[in-house]
Amino acid sequence: MQYTEKVLDHFQKPRNMGQIPNASGVGEVGNATCGDIMRIYLSIENDIIMDVKFQTYGCGAAVATTSMLTELVKGKTLEEALHITNADVAKELGGLPPVKMHCSNLAADALKVAIEDYRNQQNQKGE
Amino acid sequence: MKVIYLDHAATTPVDPRVLEAMLPALTEVYGNASSFHQIGQAARKLVEASRETIAQAIGAKPGEIYFTAGGTEADNMALFGVTEALKLKKGKHVITTGLEHHAIYDTFLWLKDQGFEVTTLPVDEYGRVNPKDVEAAIRPDTILVSIMHANNEIGTIQPIAEIGAITRQRGVYFHVDAVQTVGHVPIDVKEMNIDLLSMAAHKFYGPKGVGALFIRRGVRIKQQLHGGAQERGLRPGTENVPGIVGMGKAIEIALECMQEEAQKEQALRDKLIQGLLKIPDVRLNGHPSERLPGNVNVSISYIEGESILLSLDLLGICASSGSACTSGSLEPSHVLLNIGLDHPTAHGSLRLTLGRQNTEDEIDYVLQVLPDVVQRLRQMSPIWPGNLIEKK
Repeated sequence: MQYTEKVLDHFQKPRNMGQIPNASGVGEVGNATCGDIMRIYLSIENDIIMDVKFQTYGCGAAVATTSMLTELVKGKTLEEALHITNADVAKELGGLPPVKMHCSNLAADALKVAIEDYRNQQNQKGE
Repeated sequence: MKVIYLDHAATTPVDPRVLEAMLPALTEVYGNASSFHQIGQAARKLVEASRETIAQAIGAKPGEIYFTAGGTEADNMALFGVTEALKLKKGKHVITTGLEHHAIYDTFLWLKDQGFEVTTLPVDEYGRVNPKDVEAAIRPDTILVSIMHANNEIGTIQPIAEIGAITRQRGVYFHVDAVQTVGHVPIDVKEMNIDLLSMAAHKFYGPKGVGALFIRRGVRIKQQLHGGAQERGLRPGTENVPGIVGMGKAIEIALECMQEEAQKEQALRDKLIQGLLKIPDVRLNGHPSERLPGNVNVSISYIEGESILLSLDLLGICASSGSACTSGSLEPSHVLLNIGLDHPTAHGSLRLTLGRQNTEDEIDYVLQVLPDVVQRLRQMSPIWPGNLIEKK
């Protein structure tokens, strides 16, 4: 597989890998049947992402994209973070092999689910 | 970094003695084997000598060996050639398994679209076909049974001689894809009652781009390519003389050292399997004993095959997987699914195939580094039970 140096670097030294106990929001996309699961944990204060962690089951590209996403969103406001797309993540990694663009490039989707999860919890608390 | 090659089921390096034998056919003996003059006739001599060696290696006659451009072509030639020859005379029913290589599997899918009826035999959890199921599936309109000798992914060896006895007795042609076994496991087409058999030189230390189809004398088959009179008109095209010479030399060497090599590979294989099974939640795919001497295939739970391959590649170890991420499609290997594995187990497969040059030190190195690779990927995985404990 032709991966960029940056993809290999994130695969070998994933940033922010792990879990956040009592996370403000958790988002997961994919399933074990298709071979990719990406899970994002967020710690949010005043609409700012203070901490972010990930866990990924999948190929090298799946690991690298989630790792890269966590770097991109740390310290960002939720609005800023929501603007990040899967394509942005791939671009930051110096590109991905064409076959990996769809199935393994879902980290931004997982982030959106995590933010949604946080907002749902906030709404429930408000009620 | 030292590279450890454990992907011999994909291809093997050309043996230096094979290369040496091929070189004259690329230089001095450059003639077209169909030419009248001396340089052409010298090439013809090389081709026929190789044909004889290959025929002997499988218990056939030289006139029953047809050179092709590889295993896939031999498989296609057998399936299309026989079905075309018999479809109007006898029927349109064929029998195969769900474990065949794509060269067979996809060709039968195509034939199905063309109106042939394909019976796919069941296999057990190890991927073995029961000869009784072959017997039961044969009908008056059955024209061909095609079953591979040994599976390229899980290494399971089929009871070919028992199946051959049945097909011969019932008067049905029996094709065997022996691409993984020629040069590694003894084959006698007469004793095993095989009518057609495919092989590829690059699986036994010969060059790529050359293979052969054995066609028992008297088998009805229709040509698929049209052109000159080469290969008795059945497979026209100027002979790949260097490739054919290389294939002959490769099989000669393979026969000489077959037993010794199989013993050595089997010992390393079993050491590797035992070592891998010590890692928690690892299962062996394929038959424990009826398997190719060099084949190891395991499924490692909670992690995905491509990330295992990538980790190993970065450590200098060349391996393979049946995961969807390496298949070029969205589906994991049909072989692993057809022996009953669920998708995640198939995605977590790792194939290590040994060859002539592998050493015990290399196996020790793999067993030394692999548990850490698995542990690292599992710690990353949201489905590993070890990670669930933390989550409260």
